[in-house]
Amino acid sequence: MAAELTAMEKNMKRRARRRNLVAYSFIAPNFIGFAVFTLGPIVLALLMSFAEWDGSNAMKFVGLQNFVNIFKDDRFIASLKNTIVYSIFTVPITLAMALGLAILLNQKIKGRDFFRTVAFFPYVASLVAVAAVWNMLFTPAKGGIVNQILMNVFHAAPLKWAASSSTVMLTIIMFSVWKNMGYYMVIYLAGLQGISEDLYEAAALDGASSMQKFIHITIPQLRPTTFFVTIMLTINCFKVYDIVYMLAGGSNGVVNKSAMVLVFYIYEEAFRNWKLGQASASALVLFAIVLVVTIIQFRGEKNYAND
Amino acid sequence: MKSKKANRTIGKVIIYVMLILLALIMLVPFVWMISASLKFNKDVFVIPFEWIPKAPRWQNYVDIWTKIPLAKFTLNTAKLTIIVTCLQLLTSSFAAYAFAKLEFKGRDLLFLAYVATIAVPWQVYMVPQFMFMRGLGLADTHLAIIILQAFSAFGVFLMRQFYEGIPDSLCEAARIDGMTEYGIYAKIMIPLSKPALSTLIIFTFVNTWNDFLGPLIYLTTESKKTLQIGLKMFISQYSAEYGLIMAASVLSLIPVFIVFISLQKYFVAGITTGAVKG
Repeated sequence: MAAELTAMEKNMKRRARRRNLVAYSFIAPNFIGFAVFTLGPIVLALLMSFAEWDGSNAMKFVGLQNFVNIFKDDRFIASLKNTIVYSIFTVPITLAMALGLAILLNQKIKGRDFFRTVAFFPYVASLVAVAAVWNMLFTPAKGGIVNQILMNVFHAAPLKWAASSSTVMLTIIMFSVWKNMGYYMVIYLAGLQGISEDLYEAAALDGASSMQKFIHITIPQLRPTTFFVTIMLTINCFKVYDIVYMLAGGSNGVVNKSAMVLVFYIYEEAFRNWKLGQASASALVLFAIVLVVTIIQFRGEKNYAND
Repeated sequence: MKSKKANRTIGKVIIYVMLILLALIMLVPFVWMISASLKFNKDVFVIPFEWIPKAPRWQNYVDIWTKIPLAKFTLNTAKLTIIVTCLQLLTSSFAAYAFAKLEFKGRDLLFLAYVATIAVPWQVYMVPQFMFMRGLGLADTHLAIIILQAFSAFGVFLMRQFYEGIPDSLCEAARIDGMTEYGIYAKIMIPLSKPALSTLIIFTFVNTWNDFLGPLIYLTTESKKTLQIGLKMFISQYSAEYGLIMAASVLSLIPVFIVFISLQKYFVAGITTGAVKG
């Protein structure tokens, strides 16, 4: 009896081990690459932010010195400020536009698929190409199409757009909204399609107007989607780099203080100045901000769900 | 009754006006791009703007290939994009199957590691990652770009979310029939996950094709550069060659456009599984 049991146990153990092995074989190809090239560097980023390193000589542990240095650096402060300004405007505007588009394109209308494709295409279009067009449309010269519209339709003075420190952020924000709203629109469309028709029918029976339906059904039902979109948007805004490079970067990709953003600072500290410790410290600041924003959002969402 | 009908007609008109305005804002830059790509530099900023050039200058599309090594750039980008997309699809769907349909030791912990890194932007660890790759002798190689893009946590996450929606009973039935896990993955899961795979293809293809910062950091030799870097280089060097810049831009958009149009019917369905259930 006892011998039989152990034989059975052994058998079960062997089977469990086999099952584990099969599962690991599925995961291994991706996980090895992921662990070595993503998880490893993340840990290294933490270590490097407390060290002084130029990439060739030995690493030296310096405690919090890197953080002290960057917060004394004007360019870092400017980049932090610009990134926050960029996010504060880009997140709500993109969100509102995406929601508006989704509601518009959720109606039963002719050519709906065409309009959806049109709204989404800028998101997949290559940034270098569309930024090149924007730079020509928004050229600081009077001959630019946008300045022409400003002058002839609105009778306003032409603007210098990305060439002036007072309008460069505005240009970047407008471009960002234009390029990315289609993506978030698709997410909102998915959210809208998940709302049950019954809710609207019941409201219609009670004589609710379209505005009431929107405020009391659509908005609350879309809450999980809005939560997701806000987090994604915030993270994407804080890691902005290439849009700034294309619109405000000079011929060698150098921007002045008025358009400097966090990732730009990281890139410059690392690959131009080879102050890898300081670069990692600023990367950690970036991560901390993203993390805090995400946690606040989660808290808010949880509180709402509990009410 | 009559006023209600009139109201509805007015509503429809407003919707269409808004839609047409939207389409204009979204499309004008592209139309302008094509139009300018067929002009002499001196005509690009002439007012009033000529939307359809009377004498289209197709020569721009010929000249661009000799002005910069555009063919080389395109080839490099195509090679990288195809390899990365294939690797990403294979490894992600493979790993996702285990996470969704198999039980094993450490599953939840491993999956947590994946989910947690989605929230860490690549920009946070790009510097140590580069130093690590440089240490391996991978700086200025295409292999580095492939490694960079091929093992994303996002792909595993997206595929797993989709597999979760496929009933377990399908796998159970196949197991009773004596099918191996590899067989179930290849013969049942893959054919069922077309929408998710299409979404992943679009995302990976578009991200790799359009990636800028990765190649900018890693690739220094001109003959190894990608289309985006090459295009930007050209724009910086010949900033007044408007016609040529626009011709190159149009060309760089074509592959993405083709992939997007041919997969787009799966796309909305795919985003739904990735976003809302997540």
